[in-house]
Amino acid sequence: MPPATVRKLSGTLGPLPPNPAMGSAKEKWVVGILGEGPSAVPRVSTHLRAADRFGTWKSRWTLGRDDYAVLPGLYAVGSPDRTSPVLVTANYKMTFDAVRKELAGVDAWLLVLDTKGVNVWCAAGKGTFGTKELVRRVDAVGLARRVSHRTLVLPQLGAVGVAAHETARATGFRVEYGPVHAEDLPAWLAAGRVATPAMRRVRFDVRDRLALAPAELVFTFKPALIALGAMFLLNVAGLGFYGLVDLYALAGALFVGCVLAPLLLPLLPGRMFALKGAELGLIWAVAVCLLNGWPDAPTLAWPKALAYLLVLPALAGFLTMNFTGSTTYTSPSGVNREMRRSLPAMVVAAALGVLLLLGDGVAALFAR
Amino acid sequence: MKAQYLKNVATLRYDAAKCIGCGRCAEVCPHAVFAVEDRLARVVDRDRCMECGACALNCPTGAIAVHAGVGCAGAILLGMITGKEPSCGGPERREDGASGASCC
Repeated sequence: MPPATVRKLSGTLGPLPPNPAMGSAKEKWVVGILGEGPSAVPRVSTHLRAADRFGTWKSRWTLGRDDYAVLPGLYAVGSPDRTSPVLVTANYKMTFDAVRKELAGVDAWLLVLDTKGVNVWCAAGKGTFGTKELVRRVDAVGLARRVSHRTLVLPQLGAVGVAAHETARATGFRVEYGPVHAEDLPAWLAAGRVATPAMRRVRFDVRDRLALAPAELVFTFKPALIALGAMFLLNVAGLGFYGLVDLYALAGALFVGCVLAPLLLPLLPGRMFALKGAELGLIWAVAVCLLNGWPDAPTLAWPKALAYLLVLPALAGFLTMNFTGSTTYTSPSGVNREMRRSLPAMVVAAALGVLLLLGDGVAALFAR
Repeated sequence: MKAQYLKNVATLRYDAAKCIGCGRCAEVCPHAVFAVEDRLARVVDRDRCMECGACALNCPTGAIAVHAGVGCAGAILLGMITGKEPSCGGPERREDGASGASCC
């Protein structure tokens, strides 16, 4: 490999370019301005206010999260000088908050990339948290003239979009990957910027999985309403006899697929997510039958009971399979294989079940 | 974290002959798939690979290749239907006014 040639940054002469982050000067989380004129940098608080926490909560429920961003550019934490570390992050407000709240007592620069309001890992996957944007941003804020060292600290998950050696070649700044999780930043800095093996691993514990549940429910809400609407219309047309039992059977399967299976993920047997979800869905279907008098005094006709045993596991399995998009460890090749194996079974089960559920209506049609 | 996904599916390829022992792969991998001993990288457990592509992108000698992408059923299903490369929603989609990422 040829030795990396260090290109000189453009704009090393003349006044510093304006810092777009100064547009945030009036924000509640800005506690002062460092410097004046073009060199001015907003200093951010390391304390989260109720409004910040409410913003995170709203985003967890997907409310306004497509527009939850801070302005990109250079920010300051504490009283950084020319020797202070430069920490790079994304401009999703939840990400920005997660980083600054860990930096109490630290003097550092925060270089915020324009990731279109998306978190570091997902933005890196899309390429917006990428080499190109990093190089452009380092240049745009005149970083080489603001600090005397030549090191950028990136979140480890940013490596999905940033090539460290290409960044060094283009900017003269060496890339150092910090810990995966912002909460490990203080310990990482205190240890002389050395990561323990645990800091290099992405986690996905119960707390992480629970935080995702609201969004999973919200995304399932619309198709669920469509299904309920269809049942209601069949009822009105006299071709459906759907009631409370159908309502809670469906709601339960959604809860299993969106909340329960993700929560119990490592405990459920099997590797395929669809299987994990279908197992719980089957338990729920049996529970619905038991709640309706099976096996001694069934108040549920057998076609309907059988329909539940087919539809509910298929539905829960499908929703749990969709949770692969939210996990931190499923590979596209793996998901591909899982889908090719499980999707046909789920489609057949669901189709047979729906036919059985419609059966009452068809019978009513012929009885007329 | 013990959670493991399907075995023997990862597309990770590593050519030890090209390795210069810089250690970037071990540094960036969020699942500790690589270890570096005596200035040479080694694949410790390829079944832990989630194909995020960080190692390949940060390998200065191109010793690592992986078919990187999103491990998301929704995205892959959408890709099957539209015939495009699977991807989450995002800036591209948001520019035409559609909703943003559904998963990540």
